[in-house]
Amino acid sequence: MLKTNLCGIKLKNPTILASGILGVTKDIIGRIGKNGAGAVTLKSLCHEERNGNPNPAMIAFEEGFLNSVGLSGQGINNAAKDFKRLDNLSVPIIGSIFGYKIEHFGKVAKKMASLKPAMIEVNISCPNLDYKNPFFADTELTKKITRIVKKNSKKIPVSVKLSPSVYNIAEIAKAAEKAGADAITAINTPTGMVIDINARRPILSKKKGGISGPALKPIAVRCVYEIYEAVKIPIIGTGGITYGKDAIEMIMAGATAVGIGTGIYYRGMDVFSKVCKEMEAWMKKNKVKNLDEIKGIAHR
Amino acid sequence: MPPKKELQKTDLPVMLTISKVIPEAKNHKTLFFNHKLDVKPGQFIKLWIPGVDSKPFAVSFHKKGSFAVTFQIIGKFTKALSKVKAGDIVGLFGPYGNSFSAKKNAVVVGGGCGMASLSNLIDRLKNPVIINGARSKDYILFRNRYKSAIIATDDGSSGKKAFTTDILKELLQKRKYSIVYTCGPEIMMKKVLDICNKYKVNCEASLERYMSCGFGICGKCAINDKLVCQDGPVFNSKQLSKMTEFGNFHRLKSGRKVKF
Repeated sequence: MLKTNLCGIKLKNPTILASGILGVTKDIIGRIGKNGAGAVTLKSLCHEERNGNPNPAMIAFEEGFLNSVGLSGQGINNAAKDFKRLDNLSVPIIGSIFGYKIEHFGKVAKKMASLKPAMIEVNISCPNLDYKNPFFADTELTKKITRIVKKNSKKIPVSVKLSPSVYNIAEIAKAAEKAGADAITAINTPTGMVIDINARRPILSKKKGGISGPALKPIAVRCVYEIYEAVKIPIIGTGGITYGKDAIEMIMAGATAVGIGTGIYYRGMDVFSKVCKEMEAWMKKNKVKNLDEIKGIAHR
Repeated sequence: MPPKKELQKTDLPVMLTISKVIPEAKNHKTLFFNHKLDVKPGQFIKLWIPGVDSKPFAVSFHKKGSFAVTFQIIGKFTKALSKVKAGDIVGLFGPYGNSFSAKKNAVVVGGGCGMASLSNLIDRLKNPVIINGARSKDYILFRNRYKSAIIATDDGSSGKKAFTTDILKELLQKRKYSIVYTCGPEIMMKKVLDICNKYKVNCEASLERYMSCGFGICGKCAINDKLVCQDGPVFNSKQLSKMTEFGNFHRLKSGRKVKF
């Protein structure tokens, strides 16, 4: 009922662990697979090892979640030694990559491709990096990065992860598609701030961080809706999906698959199987046989 | 409709005033707070010094309207924490994690600062046998608090010149205990587990890994397929025996796996 084809990758269901939540070690990835995820996205890796930001780097406020983890990661070379390969795990793996300069993206993509993930996701949109000229806000830079990653990824499909912090997300998505992207992941987090009134200062050590969880969902649904009208390639709709009804909503906006990250905070690692069960219950009740019947149905 | 309660979960700091600071063993201090904390033995909290960092700590004293944290001055954060005075304000997150089972007829094996994680448990147990180990006399934590404890030091400057594990072995040879609780250096805890497995006594150990969030999201505290912050920090013999990384590997802030 929930079987999903994403760029030729056969997923048992459309739920994908979003990049940045867990996704650091092989054993934990295996456990997320056991908990029902259709695919798992690794935490983003770049050309070097990064410690990330001091704590608090993650807080949950009343309406959502805020993080300034700062892309901590062991770096692609250490990860290659740690994982060895990514095509023999119990669940399809999406390898997320990033860089500070365009050249880094090519280098990291090449190494990532050698580990044989099912897909490569290009993170051009982390809000916790101090970009001088953010890649995600520029159609030309988005094209350049997409091209260099495609060139280095051989036949592995590439998805480009976009930021909602632009006025023209559909144009950016179109640019990525033109440059050869096989899919779009939408969206990364926009930034926000929470101030503790007793401490009289922002709680996050970096003051601002990416907003995820329920607060992000309407923004994500709007972005996916706009991108769906602009491109033909599939969309991994990510942002605030916690329940089956949220996943259905995202698919109605035009998503082929859905990313779940912060949902783990609210419902545990088995949020994937819970969301799938809720989706199936809704589908049965509404006589929907497969997800293609409702994909993009909100566009009318 | 799904239960809305799940979405009401938050993790925000509570700003607390430090009521008392007392020096403990060499390089150790205890901070007291007049705050009602709902915490079980084995659970941990995070302390936040605005502008510095936030780190996890065991609760070492727990009464109805107060609690305390005992720490070793070891890095940048604990150095900053060692400078706070009564009346200063720090942030509290948590408590987080699971807890010890608190069974009768127990042996408690503490190594160095590990005693701070075990003390809240000891206070709830009925006359447990306590083995309190430290590198030397000056580093023995809670010497006056647990006067009946068997003291073991690496250099013999106080108590027996022995490892805590040597003493545990002697105890288990002599008679049957129902459980062994331990916290301390991981190499010591691994030895405790091996001894317990040999003598067929259950064991629970409180583990430490680098932690960022404390609530199962960042994945930095992973040991095999378990998260120390949420599945632990207390693990039993069955779980520990399956962990190939226990006593062998831990992960850095970056997630890179390194040998102990």
